[in-house]
Amino acid sequence: MSRDEALSLLEPILERHQGQQDALITMLQEIQEVYAYLPEEVLARLSRETKIPLSRIYSVATFYAQFYLTPRGRNTVRICRGTACHVQRSELIAAAVEDTLDIAEGETTEDLQFSVEAVACLGTCFLAPVMMVNDSYHGKLDAQKTRAIVESYAQPKKEP
Amino acid sequence: MEKLRNTEALQSLRNELLASTDRDKSCVRICMTGCRAGGAEKVRDALREEVEKQGLGDEVDIRETGCQGFCAQAPVAVVDPQGILYRQLTPKDVPPIVSETLQGGGIVDRLTYPDPQSGQKIPYERDIPFYKGQQKEVLRNCGIIDPTNILDYIARGGYSSLEKVLGSMTPEDVISEVSKSGLKGRGGAGFLTGTKWGFLRNAPGDEKYLVCNGDEGDPGAFMDRALLEGDPNSVLEGMLIGAYATGATTGYAYVRAEYPIAVENLKIALTQARELGLVGRDILESGLDFEISVKEGAGAFVCGEETALIASIEGKRGMPRPRPPFPAQSGLWGKPTNINNVETSANVPLVFLNGADQYARVGTEQGKGTKIFSLAGKIHNTGLVEVPIGITMREVIFDIGGGVPGGKKFKAVQMGGPSGGCVPEQHLSLPMDYGSLEAVGAIMGSGGMVVMDEDTCMVDTALYFLAFTQVESCGKCVPCRIGTKRMLEILTRITEGEGKEGDIELLTELAEGVRDTSLCGLGQLCPSPVLTTLKYFRDEYEAHIRNHECPAGVCKALIRHYIDPEKCQACLICLRNCPGGAIEGGKNIIHFIDQDICTQCGTCLSVCPPRFDAVKVISGEPVPPTRPAEERVLVRAGRSSR
Repeated sequence: MSRDEALSLLEPILERHQGQQDALITMLQEIQEVYAYLPEEVLARLSRETKIPLSRIYSVATFYAQFYLTPRGRNTVRICRGTACHVQRSELIAAAVEDTLDIAEGETTEDLQFSVEAVACLGTCFLAPVMMVNDSYHGKLDAQKTRAIVESYAQPKKEP
Repeated sequence: MEKLRNTEALQSLRNELLASTDRDKSCVRICMTGCRAGGAEKVRDALREEVEKQGLGDEVDIRETGCQGFCAQAPVAVVDPQGILYRQLTPKDVPPIVSETLQGGGIVDRLTYPDPQSGQKIPYERDIPFYKGQQKEVLRNCGIIDPTNILDYIARGGYSSLEKVLGSMTPEDVISEVSKSGLKGRGGAGFLTGTKWGFLRNAPGDEKYLVCNGDEGDPGAFMDRALLEGDPNSVLEGMLIGAYATGATTGYAYVRAEYPIAVENLKIALTQARELGLVGRDILESGLDFEISVKEGAGAFVCGEETALIASIEGKRGMPRPRPPFPAQSGLWGKPTNINNVETSANVPLVFLNGADQYARVGTEQGKGTKIFSLAGKIHNTGLVEVPIGITMREVIFDIGGGVPGGKKFKAVQMGGPSGGCVPEQHLSLPMDYGSLEAVGAIMGSGGMVVMDEDTCMVDTALYFLAFTQVESCGKCVPCRIGTKRMLEILTRITEGEGKEGDIELLTELAEGVRDTSLCGLGQLCPSPVLTTLKYFRDEYEAHIRNHECPAGVCKALIRHYIDPEKCQACLICLRNCPGGAIEGGKNIIHFIDQDICTQCGTCLSVCPPRFDAVKVISGEPVPPTRPAEERVLVRAGRSSR
């Protein structure tokens, strides 16, 4: 996809929210829906079109946990750090994920296969300790189970 | 759906729906919200297929409902009209349910709930202790109706309170009725809803806003989520009555983006209500205009604070501002605004269903009605419960919640999330209402209850909550931004065995300073977990500081994993699973942990078969020396003689 083509994906979002003074967060959510993160060039264009200063867009994008300014992995592992999970030793689950993928929370693997993040609570306390990989819940975890689940999402390495 | 012209049309629609309902028809209610995480979708698909296959397509309804509360047993389904509860279902459990219960009228014993003490099966939902102790008022429809069908709600008496209010009451009557009911905000602060509405009604100006706060950010709390997912129309109805009473013209429902099903179901409810003319212009020809839109949060705990929430709706960073002016004077876009919590809104229709007097009959002097709590942590029946305000914590945790699993000893219950406190055993007989919990340093809060047992370290718990609030602190005011950081440093030091004399005093002083001088509720209440654990579990802090001991065996820097040579059966399981390769030994050679390599990750402890129970956690004393090699050869009792 060319640069212009990529930027053109922003058009329908701009059109939908034209003149709405409260739409910045919604627009950022929709941009992230399209691009999977908030690319700098797209935000610059958004600023030009909406006359919202880029500094303000940046201040909002960095305030909320949901927004990413760097590309994300194909799979997102969300480790629940809610209270119920914490008392069920969710730190062991986090350690197992980090150990398996060799990255820390908040990071993305170099091959862009996985991003790992901690979330405050997934609201599924009955499955504690729990994590989500993409849209699937995996509950009542232990370190071994966690490793196996994460590995099952990895794409096999291509033969050289 | 055709637009309803007036209140009579709504009434006759309800009568039609009731007349066409066959109460004897078999219906399987399956939770399709929380239980989805437990695989409920596959069970539903299997159920649909099997019902068709056995030729019962016309005789059985399969209804996808919201949360039925019994999350610990997910996925859960109830067969009506008998009320048989089947739990922990998988697709292979479906054929016997269809053939034995739906066809034959019998009960599939193995899928029913066993009493944890006696093991006796309790097939009927109404007999299960978890449900028996509850009083479902606000949750009366949750788990019963299909939340994506507004007609289900109407058939259960939904929107009849709105009908009553629009047809026969003035806005002033409505406010005085809500005041008379004693309804207090369920979001944590516990302010009288009627008084709040009165402020908005009396604020000058034509443009007023009503916001429903569904930014349920407390970890371990899922009451609002269940309501939005399972009965979104009750929340909308409460907002509509609020709009009529206060004169608000525009409504926002602000929901966490982490709750996709809640957002989805609320949007569906809103579309259907709009089609029926229950939301929009000239609602039921009463002259009431009220439009509601859904706003998705973007992940910030502080947005649960009302002024921060307003900033977030305006598309800004969600940072609080000082009050006054209160939102009722100057809120969204500078206009008068009320913010009501989801559960509060869902309580409003109840006030008018049977009248304020009836409503106020439940509860205590300080708190009227019921309260929804989410039970989680070290408790048998994790789930969602609704009880009269004033019930004791003991009743909720032990009678309804089934107590602490695994024969462990109860230590504390954390009430109200990061803003709340830990309540120890000696206060469990206190009634749960607004005043008595505050007296012991906790709050009723939004309703999250996380149970902790003897294996929970209270210093670590305080650290956990403070780490959460420190990250979520918006940074606007100094006490919260810097105070939480310094407190976190001290707590971290203590859990790492670097605590020193005077730390407890310093921590207390800082905590009180942050509490007394922070700008918003998040900052003012975030020291509560520290202050309550210091108050009730000071000995644990002292053990960490003075003896470098973590009595619960949690804080990694203060514990050592150790294999008891008397118990080790040299089974190789821990040795193979140790991620750090820290365990040495072999077949018939008793294992030991190389303490220089071990990271105290706890894998060995979790994989050691319970019948061996060989891995121990040691804290506050040295690890016994490793036996020399010749003494580590395992001699298996009985085997040598064969």
